[in-house]
Amino acid sequence: MKRLSEERTKTLFEKLAKYIGPNVKLLIERPDGIYCFREQKDRVYYISEKILKLAETLPPNQLISAGTCFGKFTKSNKFRLHITALSYLAPYAQCKVWLKPSAEQQFLYGNHVSKAGLGRISENTEKYQGVLVYSMSDLPLGFGVAARSTAECKHADPLAPVCFHQADIGEYIRSEEDLL
Amino acid sequence: MDVVKTILEKSAKEAEKYKSVEVNKLVSIDLGALLAEDLNPLDPGALRSSTNDYLLNLTRDNTQLLFNQIWELPTERIDEAIVAKLPKQKFCLPRFKPVPRPRPLTKWEQFAKAKGIVKKKKSKLSWDEQLQKWIPLYGFKRSAALKEKDWLIEVPQNADPLEDQFAKKVEAKSEKVAKNELQRLRNVAKAKNVKVPRFGLTNPEVSSAKDLQAAVTVAKSSTASLGKFQDKLPKEKEARGVAAITPGATRKRKLPPISGQNEKNQNLNLVDEVLNKRPKINIEKAVARQINDEQAQRSDEKNRTGRKKGLRKSGGGKKPKNTNRPRKGKAAGGRKRR
Repeated sequence: MKRLSEERTKTLFEKLAKYIGPNVKLLIERPDGIYCFREQKDRVYYISEKILKLAETLPPNQLISAGTCFGKFTKSNKFRLHITALSYLAPYAQCKVWLKPSAEQQFLYGNHVSKAGLGRISENTEKYQGVLVYSMSDLPLGFGVAARSTAECKHADPLAPVCFHQADIGEYIRSEEDLL
Repeated sequence: MDVVKTILEKSAKEAEKYKSVEVNKLVSIDLGALLAEDLNPLDPGALRSSTNDYLLNLTRDNTQLLFNQIWELPTERIDEAIVAKLPKQKFCLPRFKPVPRPRPLTKWEQFAKAKGIVKKKKSKLSWDEQLQKWIPLYGFKRSAALKEKDWLIEVPQNADPLEDQFAKKVEAKSEKVAKNELQRLRNVAKAKNVKVPRFGLTNPEVSSAKDLQAAVTVAKSSTASLGKFQDKLPKEKEARGVAAITPGATRKRKLPPISGQNEKNQNLNLVDEVLNKRPKINIEKAVARQINDEQAQRSDEKNRTGRKKGLRKSGGGKKPKNTNRPRKGKAAGGRKRR
């Protein structure tokens, strides 16, 4: 487990800010202790300092995971969120998209959300902003990127994509091996 | 044999005066190596009380056993000396040094092995139709035969007519020899694990992107201040494995450990930096808000006219839609909209 370089930390925060905006601060400033981001084989883990100290006793090549995996850095140094980060990001979400029950399955199979499947959308969602996708019963389903702003959504074609798929909880089953 | 017998008898008579030569003991004896191995446990009491005497006696007894066996071997007399014929050695003496490693394969041999290419034996002589005689594959008389054969070379269609084709051929041959020598040396260096000094970058036409990246990295650090003040492109990566030829480069070190509180503060600063970096005027957002306002206005107007119509028509049974009014002055996000 190594510390993220400044460059990578910046990339990570930029990505997180797309989804939860200024609430990124709340991830770092927590009342229940110090939490930090650590890197292991290009994956970024969000981990409390207590567990980190225990994890550091293991040789790094034998440590598979510690804390929560937030995502990974690609070979071109871009950060990609993993679905495992959902439970930490969902409470702080800025823009949300609610899916109709009929569209839930489509999304969970990795498809984009079309206008027809859109139940509700947060007001003032910008184009290409990171959004969290919920079911109508407020169950977080995954991440997406708004393909249209809220206003544009109103007049969109029913088949036009409203939200691009990024990650969904179906990945826990579909790509179990790749998640870690 | 008679000689041996008489000697043995004589010695047996004499032996009565001396110590007994008969020892009854189980000792493994390898006559070929003239080796007796006594695997019986030593007597600890005797060993401690009189070490030297005990060991001397034990050795004498064992040697006696060995000699007894030697006397039983077939003997012959060569030049006034009685010689016993020793059997083959059974004892396997371990090597002093490890078994030498097999010679590492050359690059071609490796390739041939991987591809399953087997070397074919060529005959030393081959019949040449043109010269009407047998010419060797290499060595003595080979070059003479070739000279005789290639006394004339046709100038190729698109070649320079003034070019010396013979000289060209000689040059090609010498280059081939040089290349082979280079490859041989490379194989030797590889086998002995010698580090070959790297020469500079080859010309840009043949060098790969990786080479160019290495060149950039090295060139950047070749300033008086070891590249400290050189600008960096946004996504520029440093070449790897060039530390040896980069001035002032050290091995990549881990980030130094810092306390959790410090790291937290650093992270908070970074977050602030990231959040403040956003453009002051967000055009996307402004356009979206503008569209939203217009739509709200339109829908308001529609509602108003609709209400009038509705009033006229049905006497006001319909509830006016009024949820789309824009909320001014409120922070973006987090609010639902049906």
